Amino acid sequence: MSDLSPTVFVNIGERTNVTGSAKFRKLIAAGDYDAALSIARQQVEAGAAIIDVNMDEGLLDSEAAMKQFLNLIAAEPDIARVPIMIDSSKWTVIEAGLRCVQGKPIVNSISLKAGEAPFLKEARACQRYGAAVVVMAFDEAGQADTADRKVEICTRAYRLLTEHLNFAPEDIIFDPNIFAVATGIEEHNRYALDFIEATRRIKQTLPGARVSGGVSNVSFSFRGNEPVRRAIHGVFLYHAIRAGLDMAIVNAGDLPVYDDIPRELRDAVEDVVLDRRPDSTERLVDLAPKYKGDKAEARVVDLSWREAPVAERLAHALVHGVSDWIVEDTEAARLEALRPLHVIEGPLMDGMNRVGDLFGAGKMFLPQVVKSARVMKQAVAHLMPFMEAESGGEANEPAGRIVMATVKGDVHDIGKNIVGVVLQCNNYKVIDLGVMCPADRIIDAAIEHKADAIGLSGLITPSLDEMVFVASEMQRRGLSIPLLIGGATTSKTHTAVKIEPAYQSGSTTYVLDASRAVGVVSHLLSPDTKAETEAKTRAEYVAVREQFARGREKRPRTPLALARQRAFQIDWTKEPPPKAPSFLGLRSFDAYDLAELARHIDWSPFFQSWDLVGRFPAILDDDVVGEAARTLWADAEPLLNRIIQEGRFTAKGVVGFWPAQARGDDIVVYEDERRTVERATFHTLRQQMEKDGASLALSDFIAPVGGPPDYLGGFAVTAGHGEAGFAKSFRDAGDDYSAIIVAALADRLAEAFAELLHARVRRELWAYAPDEERSLEFLLSEAYQGIRPAPGYPAQPDHTEKGTLFQLLDATERTGISLTESFAMSPAAAVSGLYFGHSKSHYFGVGKIDRDQVADYAKRKGWSMATAEKWLSPILAYEG
Amino acid sequence: MSRQARIAALKAAAKSRILVLDGSWGVMIQREGLEEADFRGTRYAQHSHPLKGDNDILCLTRPDIVTQLHDAYFAAGADISETNTFSATRIGQSDYGLEADVAALNLAAARLGREAADRWTAKNPDKPRFIAGSIGPTNRTLSISPDVNDPGARAVTFDEVYDGYREQARALHEGGVDLFLIETIFDTLNAKAAIKAVLDLEDEGLEPLPIWISGTITDRSGRTLSGQTVEAFWIAVQHAKPFAVGLNCALGAELMRPHLADLARVADTLVSAYPNAGLPNAFGQYDESPDQTGGFIREWAKSGLVNIVGGCCGVTPEHIEKIAKAVEGVTPRHPAHPKPALRLSGLEPFELA
Repeated sequence: MSDLSPTVFVNIGERTNVTGSAKFRKLIAAGDYDAALSIARQQVEAGAAIIDVNMDEGLLDSEAAMKQFLNLIAAEPDIARVPIMIDSSKWTVIEAGLRCVQGKPIVNSISLKAGEAPFLKEARACQRYGAAVVVMAFDEAGQADTADRKVEICTRAYRLLTEHLNFAPEDIIFDPNIFAVATGIEEHNRYALDFIEATRRIKQTLPGARVSGGVSNVSFSFRGNEPVRRAIHGVFLYHAIRAGLDMAIVNAGDLPVYDDIPRELRDAVEDVVLDRRPDSTERLVDLAPKYKGDKAEARVVDLSWREAPVAERLAHALVHGVSDWIVEDTEAARLEALRPLHVIEGPLMDGMNRVGDLFGAGKMFLPQVVKSARVMKQAVAHLMPFMEAESGGEANEPAGRIVMATVKGDVHDIGKNIVGVVLQCNNYKVIDLGVMCPADRIIDAAIEHKADAIGLSGLITPSLDEMVFVASEMQRRGLSIPLLIGGATTSKTHTAVKIEPAYQSGSTTYVLDASRAVGVVSHLLSPDTKAETEAKTRAEYVAVREQFARGREKRPRTPLALARQRAFQIDWTKEPPPKAPSFLGLRSFDAYDLAELARHIDWSPFFQSWDLVGRFPAILDDDVVGEAARTLWADAEPLLNRIIQEGRFTAKGVVGFWPAQARGDDIVVYEDERRTVERATFHTLRQQMEKDGASLALSDFIAPVGGPPDYLGGFAVTAGHGEAGFAKSFRDAGDDYSAIIVAALADRLAEAFAELLHARVRRELWAYAPDEERSLEFLLSEAYQGIRPAPGYPAQPDHTEKGTLFQLLDATERTGISLTESFAMSPAAAVSGLYFGHSKSHYFGVGKIDRDQVADYAKRKGWSMATAEKWLSPILAYEG
Repeated sequence: MSRQARIAALKAAAKSRILVLDGSWGVMIQREGLEEADFRGTRYAQHSHPLKGDNDILCLTRPDIVTQLHDAYFAAGADISETNTFSATRIGQSDYGLEADVAALNLAAARLGREAADRWTAKNPDKPRFIAGSIGPTNRTLSISPDVNDPGARAVTFDEVYDGYREQARALHEGGVDLFLIETIFDTLNAKAAIKAVLDLEDEGLEPLPIWISGTITDRSGRTLSGQTVEAFWIAVQHAKPFAVGLNCALGAELMRPHLADLARVADTLVSAYPNAGLPNAFGQYDESPDQTGGFIREWAKSGLVNIVGGCCGVTPEHIEKIAKAVEGVTPRHPAHPKPALRLSGLEPFELA
């Protein structure tokens, strides 16, 4: 068959089994099917080829739970792609399951327990529903324990099925019962060996049939000592598989490799499993404590904290971001508490306060705090049903309600999401309106939710203006709650000069980075400190405004005419003629190899997005943030691998080259090499600060009309298709931490794409530097020839030039990136820019410009003065 | 001829040549330009619901048209014609308030087909004609929620679908069909309910009839509407031990080919295909000419992909005539012989060799 590699041994996921997983049982009992589904998803992702679903729990309506869970799985292609094992000891539950699955499942199990007639009746139903069956070695006399009895019952069942029902032998799977060994009872010593022996004989004598089993039983005597249990499973499977075991219900992803088990332990376990010496049980019991919590085994960590009282365990889980036992511990705390609410107000808030203190003291960092938040969410999610069930079970009053939004025209939200999570950890209720939020929606939400503050975020410069607008709308509609400003292009100066004056009825505060958010918010919301904090900020902003005004007076601008005379000079008569690109027009890249992009990632900004500053990889060994960086890195890497392996993102790009010449401060792009028909014009801006040397504009790097034929390139790339959905799947599961990592990874991949494509442009597509060095360090050093400035960034601060670029590139059609009304790219993980190939081209900042250039630029763009001042407002050297 | 003899003749004919199924019923009924009164006839003159559009009810109210269409397709060279019962389940007829008449409707449909087939067989005993009882998908899905906010919800239960199919199959059986055609399957769980209903008829003492199963790949992704690949679909219905398995509807012959080839590679039984006459144009009409369709299908036949061919939406007797000519004398496909293995499926196939 086509794409199926031959399967040797099949892992069946066991975690969606209420009898095998306490966590899953509690989720189902609480009706939390979303979280239950995420367990199924994790099983498939961890490599389970089949998932076992079992709802046999006395207090559950097992039929209804089976039906509901299987129906929900049907809506999740990630899970539904694998076959289901419908597991129940009750036929009615099995049949309810069979009525929900469209594929071919396995029924687990039927047996001769009640005699031949019911056995054949159920088997025939399986045949007509279209299912394979697990037949347990169980007959009228009971469960088979010896090898002989196991083989006898299986042989009888095989004959009945194949001869009476013409049942396909390939669809028969025997479960010859795995029982616990090393129980101290002598008769149990051979249980593992009997299973292995029976397996060998069944495979030899019953052609086509398969053997399966539930492995965790075998090590039951060592419960509490996971390393030893895993070793027993590893050794048992090693021998059983060699005897012919085809599949087993196991915790996929948690099996040790036989050879990795320490020799001493392995030998002792092998003695037990194979019943090799009479004292094998005693010997393993003596040895076991030595391996409990063994550091030599990577998976085993110090679990001594598990011995502490429950409140301490919860605090430990929150501080260290460990979610493995959070539901169990929360449940234990709930049983001790008078009311479920007390668990939140007591131990959980105590734990979060400790997180807050450590964070405030600089001993914890953002990624760790966000991870703590994830654990907190899980704990609260467990308590919710109990609080709802309790009459008068009002959730505790939050410390404050904050409406947060990325403003209209902007799509960037990583920083905002981090702030949101950090605030939530500190008991603030966050109403997150997402991205591209118009002012009225933000204000309506603030009124509706009785918000105590509004937080605005944005990354691109036009968002600054939009924030001013939101502020003025808040004023107009009579709000007086604090306004918080954050995001990459925002600044204290802009906030003081532009935003604060627009909102006089309340206070406005600039928040430098996510780690400051809690401090700022708590000071602004506390009645004790509010007035003082606001007064201090106001006074500070007055000073900022004065300083800004003085700065402007002090730094006069060079008149535009003079600046043009001082343009950057390239003597085109002496330079070698510009090289023609290998093609003119467009080339698209669909589904660029993500693995290749991943190899080109510059990781340092990834850590910066979490306020961890330092160069990668040195940051991992940093004395202060090293531990936080290492944990973040360890959490990000597997996600990146999943993104690549599962093709979660699609990277698309387009590159174009056109004949072009400079005309004044503009760059004219031509239809073709004849350079007679003009296709488009890029407008550039010229430095007007007083300085030595040239007053630069990008047009200086292109040969003028009448000079040698020159070329301009352009590109747009994204790695963000698929990011939103993937991040949402985590957010829906209460895992904002992973969702934010996913978004940050999409950004990194897009940047890597831009960097890699630029390298290919230099070497092969434009090929003006075919022999360039290829190391990543060289690339990141930006020592190469040529630049790729992006509209909206320092060398050309006008975002609207992206419109021209996108039109030339047919970028929306070819890459799926669209532009918002503020010229932000959506998806957000996208990069675009122009290519300049000349050896003397280099990056620079335009800086502030004066009224004469704004008027000139408006004329060239066909804009009114007001429009020009709106788009250029961040760089105006005068009061706009 | 007894039914057993007819089934034997069907199996023998399938061994010796590529068999031809009929084409679209919908497009032909549309050509008649029928009015509400035609659909009602005298039987339903006073019926509570409008009946225009319930093509199946014509078996009771305009049997002349049904017979005429069987004849048109047999005349064009079809070996097998389908009963006019695509929507004739309790679920499908509930839109018209005709749940109580489903048995009578299927019985009448099977008898009309039986009479036509027998007449053509008598005319030319060397080319026996057969009637397949058409069992459609119903208009509800068992694997897909009707409510985006509640993915666990279902518009219908397995038992309702199963009961509807069992009632339909029983009546078709009684009316004398030669085989069952479970067709246009866009949700395999619906088909599995139909298969179980048909197999369970044995418990009532009815003789087993051959089962023919035909799935629908809804777009170029190569998946059914409910998300299965062709191979996963085949594994999920294989337990019916079908006389034939195949694909129909949604795609024209050209786009159907790769999926058909996938199925032909794995199915250890006869393979069928009856595509639409291309893709619908802006007016929902099918433009592919009889010669074009015939050309595509001839290539399938020559490539050894098919045992039974025919047509679905937009395919007329003129197309069937070309299709019959196109496969005349071409050796039918040999069923695949995959190694015995434990095969399971979710949306994708799983094999333990």
